[in-house]
Amino acid sequence: MIELRGVTKSFGSQTVLNGLNLKIPAGLITAVIGPSGEGKSVLLKHMIGLMRPDSGNVVVDGEPITCLGRRRMNRVREKFGMLFQNSALFDSLTVFENVAFPLQEKTSLSDAEIARKVRDALLQVGLTGADAKYPDQLSGGMKKRVGLARALLMNPRIILFDEPTTGLDPVICRAIHQMIKQTHARFGYTAVVVSHEIPEIFDISDRVAVLYRGSIIQCGTQEEIQNSSHPAVRQFISGSLEGPIQPI
Amino acid sequence: MLTGGYMTYLLARLGAWTIACLAETGKMFNFLLYAVYTCASSPGHPRHILKQISFIGARSSLVIVLTAGFTGMVLALQGYYTLTKFGSEGMLGVAVSLSLIRELGPVLTALMVTGRAGSAIAAEIGIMRITEQIDALETMALDPFKYLVAPKLIASVLALPLLCGIFDVVGIWGGYLVGVKLLGVNPGAYFGEMENSVQWKDLYSGMVKSVCFGVIIAWVCCYKGYYAGHGAEGVSRGTTTAVVMSSVLVLIWDYFITSVLL
Repeated sequence: MIELRGVTKSFGSQTVLNGLNLKIPAGLITAVIGPSGEGKSVLLKHMIGLMRPDSGNVVVDGEPITCLGRRRMNRVREKFGMLFQNSALFDSLTVFENVAFPLQEKTSLSDAEIARKVRDALLQVGLTGADAKYPDQLSGGMKKRVGLARALLMNPRIILFDEPTTGLDPVICRAIHQMIKQTHARFGYTAVVVSHEIPEIFDISDRVAVLYRGSIIQCGTQEEIQNSSHPAVRQFISGSLEGPIQPI
Repeated sequence: MLTGGYMTYLLARLGAWTIACLAETGKMFNFLLYAVYTCASSPGHPRHILKQISFIGARSSLVIVLTAGFTGMVLALQGYYTLTKFGSEGMLGVAVSLSLIRELGPVLTALMVTGRAGSAIAAEIGIMRITEQIDALETMALDPFKYLVAPKLIASVLALPLLCGIFDVVGIWGGYLVGVKLLGVNPGAYFGEMENSVQWKDLYSGMVKSVCFGVIIAWVCCYKGYYAGHGAEGVSRGTTTAVVMSSVLVLIWDYFITSVLL
């Protein structure tokens, strides 16, 4: 389980997270939704220790990670996989090399074994015949699949998805969502999905948290969120221009 | 006449600038210390280091040969012009070789490598930073220093003395071409005097300088890339700063190390 306790983070004079509290239950898919620029990616980066809060604490499986040194933080990160918004594939490596990279660096498996695992992972995300391509030769959807294959390969217990479907067409969006759902059902990892895809994201989420003005204003099941009486939540999920959320 | 308020403002700005400079310097030294620690504890796979030796060393050899050849040739021309005034043309080989081995070889090699490989190192790491590839390494529980910084630092420290050696040899032959073949200096005098005058400590001082310059180039260029700002402009600024700062530090350090080794 991941728990954020009173996390505050500012960049200059702008406070992005303001005493945020959130519990991510183990084994479930939790979606984090909210207006653009509210700090959803910053929130994910705090969970995996890429950013440190100005105050408050982040606790992963009972262990506070805010003050951990590099070595102990790496031990915590062994539990994680992450799919970045722009996939963050290594642009000088091929698809095969990208997916194989963590295995080559962190295990003592033979080349044949690594090749078999990489092909399995690529097959699982429905990507075949692209092994020798470089990231800049792939479409947005293909990059996301490679990123997902890379994130899945080390069998992490927690996977963070940073806007996995942003910029993709509706069909690919649905395919990526299905892929998250299927791999989650198969491996049972804890998932945190930052997304703007309303209402599609509700179909794959067990719980939904709404981030607004640096705090989680509501967290619950998709029914609770859809029936929320909070004006900001109602405006966000209906996409209305009227309400507390200023469009510009 | 400056008013009290304006003076306070100027002093506050100066103080803020000093604090920022000190903080940046401290951050740079921390970066270097951790890079050296990583080189000693987990320097990365040999294939990463070999790849960097090839990039920083082998692929710089053409530009080094060209620079060295023409530097040796112009040294011979200038040296001959000066030495004939004292009737000492026979010392041309000594003048060319000592200038190259003690000073010009290490410094020009470092400046050429900074321009060719240092800028590329800063840009490569900077692009990895802004496209979250460095974050991706960290999320895999892999230390970016092991993959990005340590191999470049080791390769730079190994490649610079080798390139400097090439620079010295090619430069001396460039001087020979102009001095002996064009200006008619006695070939025996050119090499004979050189053999008598160039000592082990001259070679040693050139090599020590090259090793130091290798550290400076890899350190500054990796640092500026690693902490590149936002977007293409951030990478561009980081790359430019890396080249300028490396070059200036090479020249400053050259003065200090020469004063110690002389």
